[in-house]
Amino acid sequence: MIELREVSRLFTVGGQEVRAMDRVSLDIASGEYLSIMGPSGSGKSTLLNILGLLDTPDSGTYLLQKWDVTHLNDRQLAATRSRTIGFIFQFFHLIPRLTAQQNIELPLMLAGVSQRERRERSRPLIEAFGLAERCHHRPDELSGGQRQRVAIARAVINRPAILLADEPTGNLDRHAGGEIIDLLEGLHRDGLTLVVVTHDPEIGERAARRIRVVDGRIASDSKGP
Amino acid sequence: MRPLDAIGFAVTSLGGNRVRTLLMLLAMAIGVAAVVLLTGIGNGARLYIVDQFASLGTNLVIVIPGRAETANNTPATLVGETPRDLTLDDARALARSETVRRLTPLNVGEMTIAWRGKERQIPLFGSTASLLDIHHLRLERGTFLPEEDMEIARPVCVIGAKVYRELFGQQNALGELVRLGGFRCRVIGILGSEGRSLGLDTEEMVIVPVAFAQMLLNTEGLFRILIEARDLATIDRLKAHINATVAKRHYGEEDVTIITQDSVLATFDKILHVLTLTVAAIAGISLVVAGILIMNVMLMAVAQRTAEIGLCKALGAGRLQIMALLVTEALLLSAVGGLIGLTLGFAGSWLAVQFYPTLNTTPPSWAIAAAFGTALGTGFLFSLLPARRAARLDPIQALARR
Repeated sequence: MIELREVSRLFTVGGQEVRAMDRVSLDIASGEYLSIMGPSGSGKSTLLNILGLLDTPDSGTYLLQKWDVTHLNDRQLAATRSRTIGFIFQFFHLIPRLTAQQNIELPLMLAGVSQRERRERSRPLIEAFGLAERCHHRPDELSGGQRQRVAIARAVINRPAILLADEPTGNLDRHAGGEIIDLLEGLHRDGLTLVVVTHDPEIGERAARRIRVVDGRIASDSKGP
Repeated sequence: MRPLDAIGFAVTSLGGNRVRTLLMLLAMAIGVAAVVLLTGIGNGARLYIVDQFASLGTNLVIVIPGRAETANNTPATLVGETPRDLTLDDARALARSETVRRLTPLNVGEMTIAWRGKERQIPLFGSTASLLDIHHLRLERGTFLPEEDMEIARPVCVIGAKVYRELFGQQNALGELVRLGGFRCRVIGILGSEGRSLGLDTEEMVIVPVAFAQMLLNTEGLFRILIEARDLATIDRLKAHINATVAKRHYGEEDVTIITQDSVLATFDKILHVLTLTVAAIAGISLVVAGILIMNVMLMAVAQRTAEIGLCKALGAGRLQIMALLVTEALLLSAVGGLIGLTLGFAGSWLAVQFYPTLNTTPPSWAIAAAFGTALGTGFLFSLLPARRAARLDPIQALARR
């Protein structure tokens, strides 16, 4: 599903070059559940951005579903993101003036899907995620857990192959965070490839495969319980 | 993204900050209203003046001695130089054509009129009976100049209403002898008080037979010859006739300038049209100011909605799509503001008509189209920069903000 080959990413901070990713090679198979952990500044967010096609590598090759996406232009990147990748963010990033349902349907709207089809596709998700009663409320009327559920529904409405979650529980209390992880793991069991970036070991350890990133390199890659 | 969805999205984001949206709408509306109203008033003034001219009769042709080669259709032709005079014989020869309905020679000079010790300086007009109809003059009392050969220097005069008032007061003037220059002359008619017509104060003038005027002013030449064509269609033939006749009589030289009322009218029309355009352009500046306001506010909106724009990018919106979203917002603002402005402008011109009914201030359709078009154009143009900035936002940095 995902193959990174010797991928590097450089940043210039205050005139000094920083290697946020240093010749990283990584294979992720379809249907895997993977957590990326590491201290802040280790490069785990950069890795996630590259995986999510929000950023492009300075060197190396990235094959996504056996397709070289290293040198795609802006439009191709946007189209690929829209089709293949679902994002979940720590701060939810819901649009405050849209209702929960409109937020969920946003990727479909951007892709030019008709309102009727949008309704048909968002309905089952709203039911399944327990948002039926809140779907006409705006984000500021929802609890943190509800907001993240809206964000997850939005991430999967386009039926992506991969779900990338950046600290999905970082802004939630323990209870709500647990619910969210349960939800994500349920989606994984239904066949979605799930990548979770976190600095919370408790959450990171739940993944079947755990990667530790230190100083822009993969320090460890362990599978099994 | 579907156009309707884009518009709906723009509406929600505009609704998100009502005060700002209202201010921008107001700026746009005022700009458009100013253009519509000012062009309406300018156009109304033009129509009014053109109409005044047309009431004088558009098939009037004026023959002036001398040729102004370089000047055409400009006020300069009104004062051509005179190498050879136009004479009464020329006038008589010009009258011999079926294209001519009426013809009258005209002489003009300054003269003193006196009656029983009262004196007054007046413009003296030497002409014939036809002047009454050609110049649409109205006789208040008595008779106009007699219908007779223009060579006869009969000492009679028709005086303007003001001349009558100032010399005679309430007394009878008809049949009285007045002194004009060194000659005695009988008052046979008094003109109605029509006020001004084409720069001449009919109240102040004194009209005498042309031959008598030539005697008084001691001249052979004519100031000009006024000819009324049979109808508009014959004007070209009439001009040819004038040129041919003058050439025959002036040893082959067509040394006259022919002014048609049409060309005077066209000149005024042109001048006033340009004036209207100028006023419209000045009002257009306010639209550009509104455009800059839109740009400013859009830049602020982009800064405020960085995260949202980053999100849309992450969710699969390309640069062009992000730009389209913001441009849609600006166009929507311009369109709604423009429509409000058009309404205001029409309301204003309606009000103007209520106060000045003679002025038809209905804005011309080109002005409506131009005002609305400029509103949309500035909205589009000035939203491009903010939209480009938004499209170039790095989604990672945009999303990093809370």
